[in-house]
Amino acid sequence: MEWYKDYPHIGYDLDGKKIFKPIRNKDELDEFLDKMDNPDYWRTVQDKMTGADIRLSDEQVDLVHRLQEGKFGDVNFNEYEPAVDFFSNEVMIHPVTNRPQDKRSFIPSLIEKEKVSKLVHAIKMGWIKPRRPKETTPQYYDLWAKEDPNSILGRHKMHVPAPKMKLPGHEESYNPPPEYLMSEEERLAWEQQDPEDRKLSFLPQKFACLRAVPAYSRFIHERFERCLDLYLCPRQRKMRVNVNPEDLIPKLPKPKDLQPFPTTQSLVYRGHTSLVRSISVSPSGQWLVSGSDDCTVRFWEVSTARCLKTLEVGGAVKGVSWNPNPAVCLVAVSYDDTILLLNPGLGDRLLCTATDQLISSYEEPEEAKDQPVQWAVSEGEGHEQGHRLVLKHPKAVRQVTWHGKGDYLACVMPDNSSNLQVVIHQVSKRRTQNPFRKSKGLVQCVSFHPVRPYFFVATQRYVRVYNLIKQELTKKLMANCKWISSMSVHPAGDNVICGSYDCRLAWFDLDLSTKPYKVLRHHKKALRSVAYHNHYPLFASGSDDGSVIVCHGMVYNDLLQNPLIVPVKVLKGHTITHDLGVLDVTFHPTQPWVFSSGADGTVRLFT
Amino acid sequence: MGGLQKKKYESGSATNYITRNKARKKLSLSLADFRRLCILKGIYPHEPKHKKKVNKGSTAPRTFYLLKDIRFLLHEPIVGKFREYKIFVRKLRKAYGKAEWGGVERLKENKPVYKLDHIIKERYPTFIDALRDVDDSLSMCFLFSTFARTGKCHVQTIQLCRRLSVEWMNYIISSRSLRKVFLSIKGIYYQAEVLGQTITWIIPYQFAHDHPTDVDYRVMATFTEFYTTLLGFVNFRLYQTLNLVYPPKLDGQGEISLKSEFEEDYALESESYTEKLSALSASLARMVPSAEEEETELDHFPTEGEDLEKMEVREKMEQEQIKQKKFFEGLKFFLNREVPRESLAFVIRCFGGEVSWDKSLCIGSTYDATDETITHHIVDRPSIDKQYINRYYIQPQWVYDSVNAKILLPVEEYFLGVTLPPHLSPFVEETEGDYVPPEKLKLMALQRGEKPQTEEDEEEEEEEEEEEEEDDDDEEDDQSEEEDEANLAEMEDKRSRGKSLSVKVTPGKAKAENRKRAAEEEKAEEKRLAIMMMKKREKYLYDKIMFGKKRNVREANKLAAKRKAHDDASKEDKKKKKKKC
Repeated sequence: MEWYKDYPHIGYDLDGKKIFKPIRNKDELDEFLDKMDNPDYWRTVQDKMTGADIRLSDEQVDLVHRLQEGKFGDVNFNEYEPAVDFFSNEVMIHPVTNRPQDKRSFIPSLIEKEKVSKLVHAIKMGWIKPRRPKETTPQYYDLWAKEDPNSILGRHKMHVPAPKMKLPGHEESYNPPPEYLMSEEERLAWEQQDPEDRKLSFLPQKFACLRAVPAYSRFIHERFERCLDLYLCPRQRKMRVNVNPEDLIPKLPKPKDLQPFPTTQSLVYRGHTSLVRSISVSPSGQWLVSGSDDCTVRFWEVSTARCLKTLEVGGAVKGVSWNPNPAVCLVAVSYDDTILLLNPGLGDRLLCTATDQLISSYEEPEEAKDQPVQWAVSEGEGHEQGHRLVLKHPKAVRQVTWHGKGDYLACVMPDNSSNLQVVIHQVSKRRTQNPFRKSKGLVQCVSFHPVRPYFFVATQRYVRVYNLIKQELTKKLMANCKWISSMSVHPAGDNVICGSYDCRLAWFDLDLSTKPYKVLRHHKKALRSVAYHNHYPLFASGSDDGSVIVCHGMVYNDLLQNPLIVPVKVLKGHTITHDLGVLDVTFHPTQPWVFSSGADGTVRLFT
Repeated sequence: MGGLQKKKYESGSATNYITRNKARKKLSLSLADFRRLCILKGIYPHEPKHKKKVNKGSTAPRTFYLLKDIRFLLHEPIVGKFREYKIFVRKLRKAYGKAEWGGVERLKENKPVYKLDHIIKERYPTFIDALRDVDDSLSMCFLFSTFARTGKCHVQTIQLCRRLSVEWMNYIISSRSLRKVFLSIKGIYYQAEVLGQTITWIIPYQFAHDHPTDVDYRVMATFTEFYTTLLGFVNFRLYQTLNLVYPPKLDGQGEISLKSEFEEDYALESESYTEKLSALSASLARMVPSAEEEETELDHFPTEGEDLEKMEVREKMEQEQIKQKKFFEGLKFFLNREVPRESLAFVIRCFGGEVSWDKSLCIGSTYDATDETITHHIVDRPSIDKQYINRYYIQPQWVYDSVNAKILLPVEEYFLGVTLPPHLSPFVEETEGDYVPPEKLKLMALQRGEKPQTEEDEEEEEEEEEEEEEDDDDEEDDQSEEEDEANLAEMEDKRSRGKSLSVKVTPGKAKAENRKRAAEEEKAEEKRLAIMMMKKREKYLYDKIMFGKKRNVREANKLAAKRKAHDDASKEDKKKKKKKC
């Protein structure tokens, strides 16, 4: 019907003419009025086929109600009639069908007979065997009866067998010795640890008798974990280092056989009130000079530890150095921007006067050069005290060092930016040279080669060796450390040691390489000073940890044999003040004695 | 130079390893099947030396298998069986869904089964290999044999495990190869020496298990499947080596003696035989009925010098071992009902003792508690009503301690109601520097044949010594204190008189030089200096070794200190008690 929704007709009659819908001119309002007025409105239905309104009769309404309730339309229909069992197990006198049975139901089937005879024949011939009963229990036999150890697969060579379970110790016993039981705090600590971190996976317990031992609650867990380990845990073959620790210690010659070397502290030179930065021994070995931060220079007699002379200077003394020429009695003292050349007037009077004469015999050159340093002869009170020459530098001087002949004097004025860091003075001609045109970094210390015209300059990381005659760089030593603090040249001139602030001491063999032959890390803290002995195969290093380590450093004449380095003694004596220990070490020129000066204001002699 | 550019990770170690997921895909197995295969075939992940290289530059945590292992798995016939089984399960589910019960029956009948024999042969090409690996399988079988027959695994598995473990125990008894036993809080550890291999296994105490929920029983079951097969073959071979009948049979004598009237009360006809076997109280039947005392004697080879000495030592050892093997011989034990019967029966029978228990406790008891010839009655209760005069009533720990000590220990410390001495682990072998508990020292002295001091004597002596020591100390202290005080007084006097001490030269005393000490110090210094000259790598190693040593020493010291504190405390308690008395 809905196909005709939009058309005026609702179908066609037999003649093919349209059947028109009845004209309905009821609008919504009429509908509404009808709904209000007509009491039978609720039972009025529109016939869709004809479009006419039909009023349902009472019976029809009733029928609708019944259907809505899911009942049968017919009022009289009884849906619960007693069921009559039509096909029942009871044999009735009247069969349902009266058809007689087939003949084939009385005679044996031929097809079946054929089948059976076939089977029988097959059984007789042994073609069909009865089904074997299933074996439920596994059968065991001698599996390794024909074992051949040579037929082991290659895979077994890669095989890493699982380690066996760890065997239990005393603490796992049900009745362990009392020391294996945990104390209260141990138990608490055990409980707070993560299960993975625990050393023992269980709490040791003690039971009075075997009967009281309960079941272990984690037994299945442990077996399970073992299973997991067996199939999930990655395995790796690890080589266990099995060495005797004693074998690792290198075999060194006994220190006893390497004597002489300083072994005991024998004298303490007290007097300075502040840190003693620098010390130096006279070439005769009789006197010792020390310069300290309390602005004094003190002269000591080595053998008695008596202070012979105290000189006040105008600033904290950074470096002192005794002229190594035994025919001259001169000490160079550096403080602030000044270098003082002192004649201490100790020892042989002849020597002192000769020195004075040597200095006063200077004649002014005819044409004066302008020099970076002002030379002045001290007079008056200064002269009385022993001051002979005063050298004013443009910058603070840190270190002074003499050439072996005693005429030249090098000093360091560390300054990263300028080329005037190192100057060399010639005392006899009162001349000053600036050997370097360019700055190559912050100069830490310098040193002359004892015999050849070489000059060593240590910057923070490198030691440069210059040939002074050819005026060229001959070598650059890589110290492999962060910051060199000090340097010393072997009296033969072929070996150099460098101390650094990162606790290392580097030994260079100049013939061997520009890299250290050996790096020693004996000290716990920064090295402040290193020194070689003039005759004996000894060198010493002083460090902030307050100790002086004396090593035997034998250099052989045979070029093929490497130097032998053996630490022979750790000397302790200085107390650590303000995190500083030993500031300077130096050897006695002839004896196997070592002097050390420390931040505690003392100088100590070890013999 | 021409040639192709080499690409990273296309050769070398990166190609030797394969990750688990890739391996699984290569085998086209599900994760569960892969797991099972790995367990059965004994394939385990390897830790590569350079993990990053193998992981192609990534540092993600992955497990790696050897590619060769996985290739090797490709040819495994069991993989086919796994697939068949998967299909079987699918078919079965379908049949159930369609309610085709006949089909279900038929399918079940044709359930695919696999055998692990070839895998065992492949994993353990020689018998010794298998024996070496039998530890875990024993522990697992013993655990599974104690499971209740509900839920967690198949009843057949439990029964099989029980059967195999009983077979194993019977073998150990007849070969007399048990060496050590240890009662721990986890269970009882046994160690046996079978054909030169030490085998350790653990048996839990006989309680019902509280099955944990976070344990994957499928994994355990797969392991057990493998282990039972292995153990079965091992048992067969072991029984063969002893000429025993496999499956085990009780010998005629034993069978008769075990016949009792109450058999039916205890077990069904079908089960009684296995139960008798597991009672461990009778010896097994042999293939060749031979004289019991047939011990292999070492043949004498004509040898010279050192070899001869070695031979002698070996012979001696051998004889000692034979002696130890039967040091319970001639003793008759009776187990009270509260002691762990199986464990004790096993241990006692292993060392040649005779053992029995109450008839109502278990099948297989051979004599009664009233038997007059019983020498040891093992009881684990504070007191017992009726005591026979001609036997020792001892606690079970005596048996275990004696076995570990390999001698019959004095029974006094193990009587009823006596506080037991600590039970020590026989597996700990103290090296030098380790802590040795005093009980162990005492035991070692006993083994050497020294007579132990009675405790009271010791205590008295100790007390006396202590008193003396205290006196000495007091005197010394007094003297030294007096001296010090005098010196101090002098100094103070001087100070009060004049502010500065007067410089005074006194004749110096020659210091008595302790030469030995000086030499020692020198040596120590030498060593210190030599250590300074060590190379960095060696120094590191040296420091590590020394650290480990120091830790051991520290631990030993801690234990010793604890022991001392404990002893002191207990002594004081005793003293107090004495005083009260």
